[in-house]
Amino acid sequence: MSNKIKNQEILFSPGSTYWGDVWLQFKKHKGALLGAIIFFGILITVMLGPYLWPFEPNAIDIRSRNQGPSLLHPFGTDQLGRDTFSRMIAGGQTSITVGLAAMFLSLVLGTCIGVIAGYYKRLDGVLMRFTDLFLSLPLLPLLLLMMFLFREPLSVSYGPEKGMFILIVFAIGVTSWMPTARIVRGDVLALKQREFVIAARSIGSPDQKIIIRHILPNILSPILVSATLGIANAIITESALSFLGLGFPPDFPTWGRLLNDAVDYLQLHPERVMWPGLAISLTVLSINFLGDGLRDALDPRIRGR
Amino acid sequence: MFEYTVRRLLIAVPTLVIISLVIFLVLSLAPNDPMAQVPLTVPPEVKEKMREALGLGQPLYVQFWKWLVQFFWIEPQVLIDYFFGTNYSEDKLRVISWQTRAPVMDTVMQRLPQTLWVVGMSYVVAIAISIPIGIYSAYKQYSIFDQTGTFITMVGYSIPPFFTGPLVIVIFAVYLEWFPSTYDTLHEVNNWESFIIQLKQMFLPVMVLAIQGTAQISRYMRSAILDNLNQDYVRTARAKGLSESIVILVHVLRNSMIPVITVIALNLPLIFGGAIITEQVFKVNGIGQQLILAIYANDLPTIQTLTFIFAFLIVFFNLVADVLYALLDPRIRYE
Repeated sequence: MSNKIKNQEILFSPGSTYWGDVWLQFKKHKGALLGAIIFFGILITVMLGPYLWPFEPNAIDIRSRNQGPSLLHPFGTDQLGRDTFSRMIAGGQTSITVGLAAMFLSLVLGTCIGVIAGYYKRLDGVLMRFTDLFLSLPLLPLLLLMMFLFREPLSVSYGPEKGMFILIVFAIGVTSWMPTARIVRGDVLALKQREFVIAARSIGSPDQKIIIRHILPNILSPILVSATLGIANAIITESALSFLGLGFPPDFPTWGRLLNDAVDYLQLHPERVMWPGLAISLTVLSINFLGDGLRDALDPRIRGR
Repeated sequence: MFEYTVRRLLIAVPTLVIISLVIFLVLSLAPNDPMAQVPLTVPPEVKEKMREALGLGQPLYVQFWKWLVQFFWIEPQVLIDYFFGTNYSEDKLRVISWQTRAPVMDTVMQRLPQTLWVVGMSYVVAIAISIPIGIYSAYKQYSIFDQTGTFITMVGYSIPPFFTGPLVIVIFAVYLEWFPSTYDTLHEVNNWESFIIQLKQMFLPVMVLAIQGTAQISRYMRSAILDNLNQDYVRTARAKGLSESIVILVHVLRNSMIPVITVIALNLPLIFGGAIITEQVFKVNGIGQQLILAIYANDLPTIQTLTFIFAFLIVFFNLVADVLYALLDPRIRYE
């Protein structure tokens, strides 16, 4: 009797499914757990903030300009009296949305190129040379160049903010898919020799079916890890572009832009640099920890320990 | 070994040509007229010359060929003239900056040393700090040193240079006033005191870049050492009665350096990218700052040349990494 109950407990314990196992291992990594909590905290603050916070990010109140932190304005106000906290929320929204969208684009590109290179031997050489070429491109100069050249035509056709958003997401996506492609290719090469793939092919499954049903689910874990690192990379790149003044238009706050504006007041109001800088660093740090924990949790060789 | 190096060199040349094609295509695909923003004060005959230099109005491949000739044929001649006093390059069209109306390469040659000094110094500092940290934290895995070290490198890895830059300015230049916040570009080193001043003004930019480098390299160093510590040859070396320091610092370190060297070379693009930002923050007159200035001024020839120089530096250091790799690991040469 008691044996039966015990068996049932094992059967229904959270460790009995694949994602349950992953979760159990993930919980053990304290840094990753904390990273996840902080990242989702920032995400929720940034997404819900505009509905709860009374100040508009672009509302100018010249009488209360250059204030330090107070109860009314917890992060102070800038040189035009705009509330820094609401600007931080608005900036975070842009930065994180850009990060997620660019990560998604680079993931799709990287996975496609990696799967095709790994699966079709004829295209492998060409695609990998192509990847190597992209890896030796000077990325930041090239990104700056793209921003500079395509900014005006895109803002004319889509409006300044939307055009810039499309441009930044596209530019970051096109220049950051290479690590994903390499990892995916390696994994696909190994999977292709496994029995279940050979079996699927021997019963006559078409290539697309094999890729979608058998290959993609098995390379999910490296893709997930790349995804977390991709968000961090995209947020840093977007902020770098905005910091150099080649990102979003000046009245449109992003974290990089706010940092850039704050550097002008470095001598007088050094605390202003802290908010956007800390926000970027904390977000990236928590995502990196999240990615680290996810990598350990998704690796079955480590999970047993 | 020689054959391997030559083979790698032969791969690097087409890579560079394709990269220059990519840069060229990005520039020419831009929908606006490259000459639209040239000031009206530029006389028409000069404008005509600029058009001719760019090959505007002619097919794309002619434009590309013109740039290749200017960059790879005429500019080296200028260099030879400079060193040997000959005059091969007289009356030939050079790549002229639209901003300064002077050859781009002249400005680059004035500015390149600063960039290389700052990037090079920061990399040397980063390597010197990160290798001992990596070795010790791998050797004492899960100790307090290892755990704080891993945390600190993760933080250093996550904080971008455009935040560490202002941060160290606030701490070391505004509050403590130890170092100047900007780089004095006119400063000349001719005696001991001016050398100290030069060191001081280089300290902050080098530190910002070194933080980034240290974080990356020490993470790789740690995992490379960890991979090697459980190998059979380590047990053999210990069984022979070698002292622990020789086992770690000679046997393990040499084998662990192989992947780390690749990472050191492959991370250089990132450091050069960081240098663009650092030069902007500390007002160092390097080629990164020149690139930003050229972009703001719509100075196409300079942008093209500088982007290509960055590409060249990256390809060059990748080549160095490959050769070093082959030097350290004989198995690589016989692939």
